[in-house]
Amino acid sequence: MAAPSIPIPQLADDLSTPPLTLWQLGWLRFRRHKMALFGGVMLILLLVFSFGGAFVFTEKYANFNDTSQRLQPPSSAHPFGTDSIGRDILARTIYGGQISLFIGFVAVLIEVVLGILVGALAGYYGGWVDSILMRFTEAMLIIPTIFLLLVMAKFFGGKIPDIHIGERAFSGSVVVIVAIIGATSWMYLARIVRAEFLSWKEREFILAARATGTSNSEIIFLHILPNTMAPIIVSSTLSVANAILAESYISFLGLGVQEPTASWGNMLDKSAKYLDSAPWLWFFPGMLILLTVLSINFLGDGLRDALDPRSRTV
Amino acid sequence: MSTSLLQVSDLRTRFQTPEGTVHAVNGISFHINEGETVAVVGESGCGKSVSMMSLLRLIPTPPGEIYAGTAIYRNDDLLKKSEQEMEDIRGKEIAMIFQDPMTSLNPVLTVGRQLTESLRVHLGHTQEQAEKRAVELLEQVGIPDAARRVQDFPHQFSGGMRQRVMIAMALSCAPSLLIADEPTTALDVTIQAQIVELVARLRESLHMAIIWITHDLGVVAGMADRVIVMYAGYIVEEADVQDVYDNPSHPYTLALLGALPRVDRRRDQRLKSIPGAPPNLLVEPRGCPFAPRCEFVIEKCRAENPPLLHVGKNHSSACWVDVKTGVPR
Amino acid sequence: MLQYIIKRLLQGIPLLLIVSLTLFLLMMKIGDPIATMGGRTLTRPEDRERLTRQLGLDKPIAVQYLYWLIGNDWTKIDSDGDGVPDKNGTRLGIIRGDFGTSLVTKKSVTELIGERIPNTLILMLASEIVTIAFALVLGIYSALRQYSTLDNILTALLFIGYSMPIFFISLMSMYIFAVLFKQWGLPYLPTVGMFDPQEGKTFSQVLWHMVLPVMSLSVIYFAGYSRYIRSTMLEVMSQDYVRTAKAKGLPRRQVVYIHALKNASLPIVTLVGLDLPFLLGGAVVTERIFAWPGMGRLFLDHLTRADVSVVMGILMLVAVAVVLFQIITDIFYAWLDPRIRYN
Repeated sequence: MAAPSIPIPQLADDLSTPPLTLWQLGWLRFRRHKMALFGGVMLILLLVFSFGGAFVFTEKYANFNDTSQRLQPPSSAHPFGTDSIGRDILARTIYGGQISLFIGFVAVLIEVVLGILVGALAGYYGGWVDSILMRFTEAMLIIPTIFLLLVMAKFFGGKIPDIHIGERAFSGSVVVIVAIIGATSWMYLARIVRAEFLSWKEREFILAARATGTSNSEIIFLHILPNTMAPIIVSSTLSVANAILAESYISFLGLGVQEPTASWGNMLDKSAKYLDSAPWLWFFPGMLILLTVLSINFLGDGLRDALDPRSRTV
Repeated sequence: MSTSLLQVSDLRTRFQTPEGTVHAVNGISFHINEGETVAVVGESGCGKSVSMMSLLRLIPTPPGEIYAGTAIYRNDDLLKKSEQEMEDIRGKEIAMIFQDPMTSLNPVLTVGRQLTESLRVHLGHTQEQAEKRAVELLEQVGIPDAARRVQDFPHQFSGGMRQRVMIAMALSCAPSLLIADEPTTALDVTIQAQIVELVARLRESLHMAIIWITHDLGVVAGMADRVIVMYAGYIVEEADVQDVYDNPSHPYTLALLGALPRVDRRRDQRLKSIPGAPPNLLVEPRGCPFAPRCEFVIEKCRAENPPLLHVGKNHSSACWVDVKTGVPR
Repeated sequence: MLQYIIKRLLQGIPLLLIVSLTLFLLMMKIGDPIATMGGRTLTRPEDRERLTRQLGLDKPIAVQYLYWLIGNDWTKIDSDGDGVPDKNGTRLGIIRGDFGTSLVTKKSVTELIGERIPNTLILMLASEIVTIAFALVLGIYSALRQYSTLDNILTALLFIGYSMPIFFISLMSMYIFAVLFKQWGLPYLPTVGMFDPQEGKTFSQVLWHMVLPVMSLSVIYFAGYSRYIRSTMLEVMSQDYVRTAKAKGLPRRQVVYIHALKNASLPIVTLVGLDLPFLLGGAVVTERIFAWPGMGRLFLDHLTRADVSVVMGILMLVAVAVVLFQIITDIFYAWLDPRIRYN
């Protein structure tokens, strides 16, 4: 073969697009997910409503009851109407939103810490540690969550006194609810984390880390855990929705957040009695719960698609 | 012997993806005669599977689209037929077998059931007739103890045996054309040889044409009549099998052959690999798609995509340069 | 196969023991049985002490647990509260099906639960059947029409469906179909209880009263199931063996309903099987809203009154049901999937 008459051009061995990290990839794909963006925006609006609304109405106003004004339908004075003892529903949904959202997020925080601890230890150490932790996890999974929540709410209810922060007073039941929701929903995350750890701990770079004497806790928290963040993020986002629903259910049944502190769930408690005469009692808080849960579900779905490491197409 | 069975002309298939349009098949034309075996060779992603699946209209049509070309099978254009008509052709006139026998057989249905259903749908057999025939078919492909094995499930067979079952299924209605999409790639080398030999034997008795897709030139050397080489959705070379090995005329074919480990090469010579990366099918190429990786490239290659040029008897190559001399044609 | 069943049953027992122990410890702290049982009649400390000894509450926790578990008819207890054990107890323990007596109504727990279980089961099974029927139809349909606008709309609607709190949809359906319909002079649906006391517990009465609660429950479950069925079908339809079936020229219906669905049914059966026992718990809110006399309401009513026996009875029953159903589902799956059955 004769030598070509022009010099051989530099062949580009690198790819035409630079490699992206999982997060950059995730963000690009997330942006494309219309429902997820919609969910994100809606969630932000709800947060603004609940926390920003505090600048429009004071908490005193939310708890202010004027029985002569009870069960008023929505009007310009009371855009969401009034409840059975004359409190303004709009204001109560604002403050109720703060509580419900607060409970949702903080309960998930607790759940994430517990879930990661149990899952990581079980997955990493294996053996009898794994057996014991998993038996315990399974035992907790056997009881339907609502039963568990109700029993614990009854058990711990009333044990914590009211909390006063600045000018505001919160029923101690809020702390109780946060704790029990967190304590009864970590199992799902623990299983996910355990599965992730089981697969990651066999990777070569982990074996290498061990060979060079890295301590176990360093391996767990600095090496393996960061790699498992994607499913943890997706799971915990969706858990916030579950936590908010859980709080609303137990408050609705009377065992959750106690009056006068408002939560979206306990606002619905008395509403069944006035079903035919005052639908605004349950409509507005119920709608707000629906919108919150819906936006979180959209968001979580988008996150799941965006962060799925299996489909690495952009 | 040289009656034309299938005439494909300017077939083009593309896929709409969120990232853009993937141009998978970019205007290929070829013909298959009755009883002949044509090997379609190329690396992963070159469009060989997509083009053959386009013929059978097995491309999922939301993202996929066969947007140009004709495929005349016995005086009818396959690309214009209705779905109902295609169902009549698939499995009966034109059959297809796939690469991975482990996943290509339905795990929850017995092998016998997967055989009898074609017979009942296409040939109108009764259950009894079909069952009897199913056992015969298994025997024909060399499955021992066929009468008992016909009630077994796919996971109870080994890889090679599963592929034999696939072949039995494909040939059950005596098709005129068999499209074999890399049927031996997932199998051990010794089993590969057995499967190739089995297909060769059956082809004789059925007077069946075969399109054998592979990325391994060695596999089909013994049984193919002609070879088509594809790259980036184009056909870059077409020739009788002996000519491809004796006179490869396209730089890509040359590179493929050069990349084969050979017994007679010196031990200390490194295996030649093809430099560069496979083409990005999202971009419609300007000029020859192989230009970035070609050692014979000239200016014209980057500007104009060479059509298939006649370079010998039954031999064409899409290249501006004569690879034997290095001089532009 | 038999070995597998036995192994699973044996694995379930320690699990149930752990659950029972944890629940027992929890429940012991919840209520004050003395106060519940005695009410206002027992004010003298001596009376309270006597009742304490009679109920065996002065014994160590471990012994109390033991009696609860396996009964006390094999040992002498202090039946008159004078501090001296005299005759054998009458309890059989939950292992033999004796869940004790309700602290509130004095009826046996088994009797109480027995009265209510059928009501909950009717509600749950009806909801499950309605849910699965619709979910299959919708799930398969939307999987086959994957990129169509209809599919996108349905997906959005389903999201809304399973984001709804159960009380919201219950109240809303009550409002529309009972209150508004009544106002508009249309035939309207009943919202309270299982039957109209004046009409009696007839078949049609129960049926009409079931409509609203079943509808509310179904909407929520159906949304979740449909998504699952849809994604399972999508995954199955993209498998190689479906491609082979199409390549064989089999008619579309055969490809979808025999080749695809048969494979998709495996994970779906698992989902349904594992979900079923939890339906017992799902009705708590619904039964409260519709005043349906089922186990959920029983649980709630007796929990708020700290009636430990009833609550424990229900919880243990549900736990056993969950474990049993897990085993049954596993076995059923192993039987359905030829890859496991013939190995």
